[in-house]
Amino acid sequence: MAGAIWSVGEVADGAATRLSTEAATVARRLAEASGRESAAVLVAADPAGPAAELAGYIPRVITVVSHLADERPPAAVAAARIAALARVEEPAYIVIGATPDGRDLAGCLAVMLGVGVLANAIAVGWDADAGPVVEESVLGGRILTSSAFSADRGIVLLTPNVIAAEAAGTPGRVEAVAVDDVADLPAVAVLDRVAAAAAAAPIEEARVVVAGGRGVGSPAGFAIVSELADLLGGAVGATRAAVDAGWIDYSQQIGQTGKTVRPALYLALGISGAIQHKVGMQAAETIVAVNRDPDAPLAEYADLYVVGDLFEVGPAVAAEIRGRRG
Amino acid sequence: MRIVVLVKPVPDTTGTERLGDDLRLDRASSPPIVNPNDEYAVEQALRLVEAHGGEITLLTMAPAGATETMRKALAMGAHGGVLVSDDALAGACALSTARVLAAALATLEFDLVLCGIASSDGGGGVVASGVATLCGLPYLSYAGSVEVTDDRVRIHRLHATGYMVLEAPLPALVVVTQIAVGEPRYASLKGIMAARSRVIRSLSLADLGLDPAAVGGAAASTRVLGVRPPAVRGATRVVRGSAADAAREIVDFLDERRFI
Repeated sequence: MAGAIWSVGEVADGAATRLSTEAATVARRLAEASGRESAAVLVAADPAGPAAELAGYIPRVITVVSHLADERPPAAVAAARIAALARVEEPAYIVIGATPDGRDLAGCLAVMLGVGVLANAIAVGWDADAGPVVEESVLGGRILTSSAFSADRGIVLLTPNVIAAEAAGTPGRVEAVAVDDVADLPAVAVLDRVAAAAAAAPIEEARVVVAGGRGVGSPAGFAIVSELADLLGGAVGATRAAVDAGWIDYSQQIGQTGKTVRPALYLALGISGAIQHKVGMQAAETIVAVNRDPDAPLAEYADLYVVGDLFEVGPAVAAEIRGRRG
Repeated sequence: MRIVVLVKPVPDTTGTERLGDDLRLDRASSPPIVNPNDEYAVEQALRLVEAHGGEITLLTMAPAGATETMRKALAMGAHGGVLVSDDALAGACALSTARVLAAALATLEFDLVLCGIASSDGGGGVVASGVATLCGLPYLSYAGSVEVTDDRVRIHRLHATGYMVLEAPLPALVVVTQIAVGEPRYASLKGIMAARSRVIRSLSLADLGLDPAAVGGAAASTRVLGVRPPAVRGATRVVRGSAADAAREIVDFLDERRFI
């Protein structure tokens, strides 16, 4: 099926990630708009379960079984196999979720297949002449560009949470394939896997992010941030200052040297909102901030800015929410 | 040990950068700085050289004026630089960038290549794995710590729920996060003075044996069709008063927007 549109599946804890289902939805819609075929590709040691999930979103799921996926960093293992498969099937476009593994995979695949990458896609449409038209957020979200591929092939890195995954009318078929001529990348050994003490909810996929900054003051100070995140069904985020101080893990850092999030609600506690942080969260639909400084940068771009002590206002908000919910 | 650090000049985050009529970054609109994520890689290189001895070479692909930005990183303590610069590279895509950097690395001798996780302008974060793949180097990314012993490199690869311990033989390419080093050092006055006399070697595409028609802006694999500013945010409502009043206002506001 030359000219098809593929997505790539990513597995976490034995299940397809939500972003994988979003990427599959994008691939299916592009295929529908262009009269092409679509498929999701999944490389894993045990792909059966996640492949069945992905089949709910796309007509065809191609699985490649590789025990190496459990023994090496997964992106390199997937890249070698997807490249081999792509040389046979010649898909036109590949949609990959913009996770750390997804970015690694996209870079490898781009040079292996000699195709371009449109990264940080926040919307993807189809144009009869240009093919996929990708809206990207660049320069820290201060400019939106729409871009296309120069040739009729390319890789799209899809930002998490920008489109809702939508199940297909009829479930797709799962097809296990064996790939030949796999040129594995230089081996990198996984010596150990260490779980964080308390694994936090991933911030990039969260609809609500409650974040703490310098004003939170200590690891214990994050208790109120976590409590509000729990009450609002959200994830805990942080500024670089809070991460550098060791109060919270780097995985939760939002901003220029951390992650970029686009939640429906961003609740900022003790955050001034300097430009380095702003670039990671300014695309939030609604921004609410509590900070003692009436002149902090966030006072210029939050929707609601409360001048106050987060340790007084935060618990009062928690109590008010509980009270209203009875 | 010989370390090459990939360094990209980017527009100052606090500047007023914009795209020109050609839909490329108007580099005159704001002065460039060293990509903040790359400073962590420079810092990591300095620490490894302090521990093991050796030399640090910066590798940059940018317009000719980038030597000024490279000197900011040299002032931190790096020993020299290579600038790949060619008029034909204006508007080059990520794929071309990976190809050019890989070709430049092929002319250098090194044990380790370090770089940052992404640039603050394009922010694709895909060039490093492309370079490693083209150079046939083991690729270790999202390093929260970097340790070199004899002929091997070991890192903690950070992910949302913990980390993996990865190891590969040298030479290898490692993508460094801020967690590996914390704050990058400031350049000392002595470092700034020393940086002035460090050698930055310029290479053109011809020097690298690359065809401008294959890797330059004219061969870009992606093209920008149009640009627009993001939607303007509405006015900020500022609330002052007692914690209880403020809390009620916040929850009312959240309730209106169906978050409660």
